[in-house]
Amino acid sequence: MKINRQLVFNLSLAFILFFLIHFLMSAKIISQYYQLNIYLLFINIIMATSLNLVNGFLGQLHLGHAGFMAIGAYTSAAMTTNMDLPFLPSILVGSIAAFVVGVLVGYPILRLGGDYLAIATLGFGEIVRIMIVNTEYVGGARGLSGIPRYTNWPILFLITVAIILLIRNYINSSHGRAVLSIREDEIAAETMGINLTKYKVMTFAIAAFFAGTAGALYAHYFFIITPATFNFLKSVDYLVMAVLGGLGSITGSIFAATGLTIISALLQDFGAVRMIAYSVVLVAIMLFRPSGLMGTKEMKFSFLDKKGGNKE
Amino acid sequence: MDIFLQQVINGLSLGSIYALIALGYTMVYGIIKLINFAHGEIYMIGAYIGFFAITALGIGFFPALIISMVGCAILGMVIEKIAYKPLRNSSRIAALITAIGVSLFLQYTGVFFFKAEPKVFPKILSDGRMNIFGTKAYISYQQLTIFVVTILLMLLLQYIVHFTKTGKAMRAVAYDKDAATLMGINTNNTISMTFAIGSALAGAAGVMVGVYYSAITPLMGVMPGLKAFVAAVLGGIGIIPGAFTGGMILGLIEAMVSGYGNSLYRDAVAFFILIVILIIKPTGLFGKNEKEKV
Repeated sequence: MKINRQLVFNLSLAFILFFLIHFLMSAKIISQYYQLNIYLLFINIIMATSLNLVNGFLGQLHLGHAGFMAIGAYTSAAMTTNMDLPFLPSILVGSIAAFVVGVLVGYPILRLGGDYLAIATLGFGEIVRIMIVNTEYVGGARGLSGIPRYTNWPILFLITVAIILLIRNYINSSHGRAVLSIREDEIAAETMGINLTKYKVMTFAIAAFFAGTAGALYAHYFFIITPATFNFLKSVDYLVMAVLGGLGSITGSIFAATGLTIISALLQDFGAVRMIAYSVVLVAIMLFRPSGLMGTKEMKFSFLDKKGGNKE
Repeated sequence: MDIFLQQVINGLSLGSIYALIALGYTMVYGIIKLINFAHGEIYMIGAYIGFFAITALGIGFFPALIISMVGCAILGMVIEKIAYKPLRNSSRIAALITAIGVSLFLQYTGVFFFKAEPKVFPKILSDGRMNIFGTKAYISYQQLTIFVVTILLMLLLQYIVHFTKTGKAMRAVAYDKDAATLMGINTNNTISMTFAIGSALAGAAGVMVGVYYSAITPLMGVMPGLKAFVAAVLGGIGIIPGAFTGGMILGLIEAMVSGYGNSLYRDAVAFFILIVILIIKPTGLFGKNEKEKV
């Protein structure tokens, strides 16, 4: 049996990071503010990588990812807050709710190409937000407050790593190759016998599922969620992360999410300037390096590949 | 019946605004196949230019309207030259993301310079209103101005597009850019001109909204921008009469939803219409179906 050295190495690196941050947090070396941003960072990583699945790997422009995050956040928060259910099942229910909506919405709108799809997903995100504003059961425009803080560091970390692994395996599977072929040329892919609708909807719904998970984790860390949090700008935030990292690169998304979360934590006090910087970065990337920082490449530790064996 | 008539009037004046913004979207999309997300922000800048022209220069409504249109036309051309022109041959996604970036840039530059608090637009048109055929429905002079100005601008646009050399060039480039270039049409100038005209219409819409709602904010362009896009898609994107019709229909539907239903659902309705129209007839009401070719 071949051992995937890259995977083993990356996982061990991840767990070293986990214990390091765990230690720093429990020893209170990291201040409350930075701790909050670390949580946010991991949620952003989930959102950026799952969005990259649609925008980068499938090649369909999706501008309503925050809508799925809202569905996951509100469903799970309603379950724990209003029905006193335990945390883990409610994450699952939140994610499944986002998945189901992803299938229902994805089926009709993924037939649309390029720009039309972008606008339809944008519209979807806004519809979700407005629906929540009008639902008194989850607090309407005031938001849902008093959500128990169940998200803790081990759960968040494990789920994030698990999601990255799942996305990576999905892309490297035969399904993933079908998805990539759709990105490269839809007509050619269809000629080769790939069911376009199936793979488009499946990928879209998987991304929605993970966005739902991220939303559930988000809701159970910040005590309160408001519909305004999940507006179009939130979707754009994640889009910037996915694009900056490179559409079609999981490691790229992780780096970009990390970098941008740190930058926005530092620029917290300068709201407008932060957004101006964001937009300039976005335009500059598109003008000078449209493929993003990593393009479609993944970062690898090449010294681990010496003995042949696992060439991806 | 009176309520219905009143909602029709409100709907048509709102629809005029959407129509003016939608025209810019549709013209730009027709010519370079780009959803110019920054268009809503040009409308916002138009409102601010109008505001500063009226408060600082102390001029009347129509001069302010013209200054704002000229200012927006220049802004539109500058945006096209800096942000969109280098991307003309790159992927659609890259261009679309750039457009989102430009839109955010203008919004938050607006927040930075004009501050997020709403500015009160000076009352420059009379508050009067007149009765319609003895019913309890009223049309205000502001609404009347919006109608008349919109209709005049529409006629002017039709004239430019159909009876001038520039218009002919615009239609040619929209039909087939390469062939137009071969026929000696300066494509770059024509595209700039399209941006200028579209942006001028958005600027006019901005000033009129300022007068109508009497408050302007740097983020005011987001929602009307998106909805005007819906209007453009509804009428058939790339088709000028379609944008006008789409805008009016959207305005009427919104007014009816606010008048008879729940006004909180107003924004959702527009997007719902969008998704329905995209699923049923993506080419819009006036669009022709095109076969996908390999």
